[in-house]
Amino acid sequence: MSRSPAAPSGTGQQRTSNGLDQFFASIRDRENLSLIDLAGASQANISFITEMGHRLYADDLLRSLDDAFGPAEGMLERQADPQRIDEFVNQGFDFPECSVDGALVWDTLQFLGPELLQALVDRLYHIMRPDAHLLAIFHGNEKARTVPIYHYRINNARTVTIIPRGERAPAQVFNNRLIEKVFQQWGAIKFYVTRDNLREVMVRR
Amino acid sequence: MIGKSVAIKGQIYSREDITIDGEVEGSVEALEHKVTIGPNGRVKATLKAREVVVLGQVYGNIEAGERAEVRREARLIGDIRTMRIMIEDGAFFKGGIDIVRADASGGRARKENKESGYAPSQTVLQAPSEPDSSIDAAEVKR
Repeated sequence: MSRSPAAPSGTGQQRTSNGLDQFFASIRDRENLSLIDLAGASQANISFITEMGHRLYADDLLRSLDDAFGPAEGMLERQADPQRIDEFVNQGFDFPECSVDGALVWDTLQFLGPELLQALVDRLYHIMRPDAHLLAIFHGNEKARTVPIYHYRINNARTVTIIPRGERAPAQVFNNRLIEKVFQQWGAIKFYVTRDNLREVMVRR
Repeated sequence: MIGKSVAIKGQIYSREDITIDGEVEGSVEALEHKVTIGPNGRVKATLKAREVVVLGQVYGNIEAGERAEVRREARLIGDIRTMRIMIEDGAFFKGGIDIVRADASGGRARKENKESGYAPSQTVLQAPSEPDSSIDAAEVKR
C-alpha cells in the first residue's frame, strides 16, 4: 500500500493498495459471495461490497478483543487462556466449513497473542473455501513498541482511505518468518512492502 | 413508546411506528412501520419492520423491509437483511449484512436468499386488529 499523491480529504488518507487490488481481482465477475471485514463496519465498505452483490460479515475485531479480553493490563495473559480463546473464536467466527469466500482482516492480527492468533487463523482456514484470499496488514517496524491503527474505508478496488484510530502495542514481533509460520498450512503467501512502513500480506487458502 | 424504565419479555406487534427506549426481550414486529431503538434501549429480540433505526443496544437479527439505520452510538450484534442500510462511523456492529435488491418493477423487495425465506413482498401483517400496538405473552416490569 503506497501513499497516494492526491491530498487526503478530512481526517483520512487515501492510498493505493496492491493487496486490495489482488483481493478484488480474485473475486472479479462473481456474485453472491460471503466476505468478512474485521476492521469495523463502515458505510463505505458495506456499500462497496454489497453493491458488488456480495454478503458481508462485519466486525470490529479490536473492540471485540477489548470486550472479551480487556482491560489492557494482563490482556495477553488472558488471550492465552484456552477456554477464553474457544469462546472468542466460536462466538465471532461460527461459520460453516468452507463457506467464506474472502477475508479482509486489515491490521488486526498484530494485536493477538500467539495462542489466540493461531486459533483465529486456523478457524479462518477452516471456514474459508479453498483458493479464497485473505488480506492482512502488518506494520513494517517490527520492533516498535506501539504502532498506529486505522479504520479502513474502501474507495474502489485499488484504493482505500485509512483513518487513524490511535496506537496499540503489537502482541509479538511480526517478522516475515513469523507471519509465514502463522499461515504455514495455507496455500500461498505474498508480501507487498510499501514506502510507508506497512506490509500488506495476501494469503491464499 | 416504551420508556426507559419499562422492561418487556414477549412478542410485540405494532401497527404504528414504535420507539423502544427500555428493555425488550423476545420479538418485535411492525412490518409496515418504523421501529426505533432509542439511546437507552436494550433489546434482545428479532426485529421485523419496514424501517429500523438503532441508537441503543440490540442483540438479535433485524429484517427491515426498506431501510436499516445504525447510528454512531449504537451497539448491534446480529444480522441485518434490508434493501438499504446506513451505518454511522463509531457504531459497533457485529454481524452479517444481506442487501435485498428491489425487483425490476421498482416495487417491493424480492427474495434474495433461498435459505432465509425472507420475502417482504409476501409477508402478512400478523398484528391483531385491536389495539394498534399489542404485546403478546409479555411480562412488563416498571
